[in-house]
Amino acid sequence: MNNSDPALFGSAPPKPSIWNDPFYRSLFFQFSAFVVVVLLGKYLFDNTTENMARQGIASGFGFMGSVSGFDVTSSLVKYSASSTYGQAFLVGLLNTLLVSAVSIFLATMIGFMVGIARLSSNWLIAKMATVYIEVLRNIPLLLQIFFWYFAVLRPLPSPRQSLDLFDMVFVNNRGLYLPAPVFDDLAIWLLIAVVVAIALIIFLTRWAKRKQDETGETFPLFLTSVSLLIGLPLLALLATGFPVHWEMPVLQGFNFRGGLTLIPEFVALTLALSTYTAAFIAEVVRAGIQAVPKGQTEAANALGLRSGVILRQVVIPQAMRVIVPPLTNQYLNLTKNSSLAAAIAYPDLVLIFAGTVLMQTGQAVEIIFITMAVYLLISLSIALFMNWYNKRMMLVER
Amino acid sequence: MKFFNSLAALVVLGTTAVTPVASAATLDDVMKKGFIQCGVSQGLPGFSNPDEKGNWTGIDIDVCRAVAAAVFGDASQVKYTPLSAKVRFTALQSGEIDMLSRNTTWTLTRDTSLGLNFAGVNYYDGQGFMVPKKLGVESAKELDGAAVCTNLGTTTELNMSDYFAANKMKYTPVVFEKADEVVAAYDAGRCDVYTTDRSGLAAQRLKMKDPDAHMVLPETISKEPLGPVVRHGDDQWLDIVKWTLFAMIEAEEQGITSKNVDDKLKSDNPATKRLLGVEGDMGEKLGLSNKWVYNIVKQVGNYGESFDEHVGPNTPLKLTRGVNALWNKGGLMYPMPIR
Repeated sequence: MNNSDPALFGSAPPKPSIWNDPFYRSLFFQFSAFVVVVLLGKYLFDNTTENMARQGIASGFGFMGSVSGFDVTSSLVKYSASSTYGQAFLVGLLNTLLVSAVSIFLATMIGFMVGIARLSSNWLIAKMATVYIEVLRNIPLLLQIFFWYFAVLRPLPSPRQSLDLFDMVFVNNRGLYLPAPVFDDLAIWLLIAVVVAIALIIFLTRWAKRKQDETGETFPLFLTSVSLLIGLPLLALLATGFPVHWEMPVLQGFNFRGGLTLIPEFVALTLALSTYTAAFIAEVVRAGIQAVPKGQTEAANALGLRSGVILRQVVIPQAMRVIVPPLTNQYLNLTKNSSLAAAIAYPDLVLIFAGTVLMQTGQAVEIIFITMAVYLLISLSIALFMNWYNKRMMLVER
Repeated sequence: MKFFNSLAALVVLGTTAVTPVASAATLDDVMKKGFIQCGVSQGLPGFSNPDEKGNWTGIDIDVCRAVAAAVFGDASQVKYTPLSAKVRFTALQSGEIDMLSRNTTWTLTRDTSLGLNFAGVNYYDGQGFMVPKKLGVESAKELDGAAVCTNLGTTTELNMSDYFAANKMKYTPVVFEKADEVVAAYDAGRCDVYTTDRSGLAAQRLKMKDPDAHMVLPETISKEPLGPVVRHGDDQWLDIVKWTLFAMIEAEEQGITSKNVDDKLKSDNPATKRLLGVEGDMGEKLGLSNKWVYNIVKQVGNYGESFDEHVGPNTPLKLTRGVNALWNKGGLMYPMPIR
């Protein structure tokens, strides 16, 4: 603050000496704190390098280009034992992102349902939701992961006695086997149809909102969107003569080959992460809904809106402002919790990179550093996205 | 979980003061604190496993105890740190443990770029495969397409990759951090095959619901020389651990056991006199007491006694000496001359 305007005070107050000036003082202390932190960091870094060099431990990032020599259970990209450690890192990263994304989606779905159910006027539904929340959020996650893993694994039959559904879908203790779609060249039209459908839906949403703002008339947006999303690609398929065929899983030797495989580790981890986090999300959702003043619901009731419309159009949009920030926390927790995958052999970043690669190369410092940096980056990206979403959801004051 | 263990070890590595003696004199550190901190497995029957009373036993444990007997004259001056395969080297590098005796395979990479030194071999092993008998498989060559359970961070992972590639077979690895989880998953039917060192298969089989329902296939697909490990850069400590192991084998070669060691003190054999410290200064050359071998044999026993007690034919593991017999009985155990 600069209060030395002579027009206001007549004469300028005596300028404090540089030692007593709060501006320079705070500058000095902040600068010293900064220097201490930097020196401490440098001390730790030098010490580590020195100790490692003296013990003859290899260092540097050159190992990322060397051949890995190990295989992984499942991978989203092409990977074999002759790939590099860098590619093994990518395999682990993608598996972490996959299980996090799927679990975040499922946790949000379950969480919203349970959260709303807990506020239900139906006694049974409300109590069931309460029991769900209290049981799941009060048992350590690692135990839940083991529970799902062995609960999923033990009762299932071996591959030769697989349970099957129309001879197309097979379930056994090695995983869930689904037919995989194989696309021919003409299938590009299918992709185009999906893109066109999405573009049309976005356009329709804007148009419907404007129409409602101007005339008050509503438009059956949801039904139209669904039929567009199904209809257009179906039309494309018909027009191009079904350029898709299915690759069936076939029992061969020890197990099924071909088709899509969901390994039990993935299923167990996804179930554990999503049901566990959903319990927390449910409470966040309940808090958000209860934060909306009762008057809002009563006013909407007085206007004659149906209860579904009240929930969707009046309560949830306002509740979202309260829900989104703690929801972000839950998403971050879930992503970080996915590192428990190592306990049940799901090939995520921690198992493959901070596990096998660390062991084979012995470069613990570099690998743990990279792993921490990656989790930081993923978490910051999620936080950034959620902050952007939060800004959009904020109450626009008129 | 273990991730944080390695993290903690890294912090130790970062904050250990840079003084020339810090890593150079493990013996002094050990003498000062009065015990040896020995890294062992999280439970591998016969090698390092806590018994009903919670005492650690096994041939890997005996190496730790022998070093304590050599250094302190008291084999009980050891504290054990159970380590997963993944964190064992970091624990040693960071100084959390003084020596590692945890069925660890001696390889070039570990000996060089990890900053470690291997002090010898206390068990010559090889990797094998175990399958349920009802699978009807007779040879590892029939394992095309199998799901294989194994431990994280071991040479096993690399060997099986090499083996399946060399035989043009496909497989699915399922890799766990803890040995108990591997056994549980294999027992639950997640995998067709469980692979690790043959001694490990014999040991882990005891933990299964029905040990007799499983069989080990005849193929041995790798060399796994298992032995104690110390930090690089401390030659005296390396010498102590190395010669302690040799002394146990040498004692067996000379027929000195924990029962007759007191009689052998009166032996006329110069080699025995030298070994037991009646003559010469073998112990002092290592910086120890001259009675070091007497203490080892009296309190821990010779190599053969240790083998028979923990993994031999009369134990649940039922392992024969095989290549682990003495060199003059057709095996590979060949102690360097103590003179």
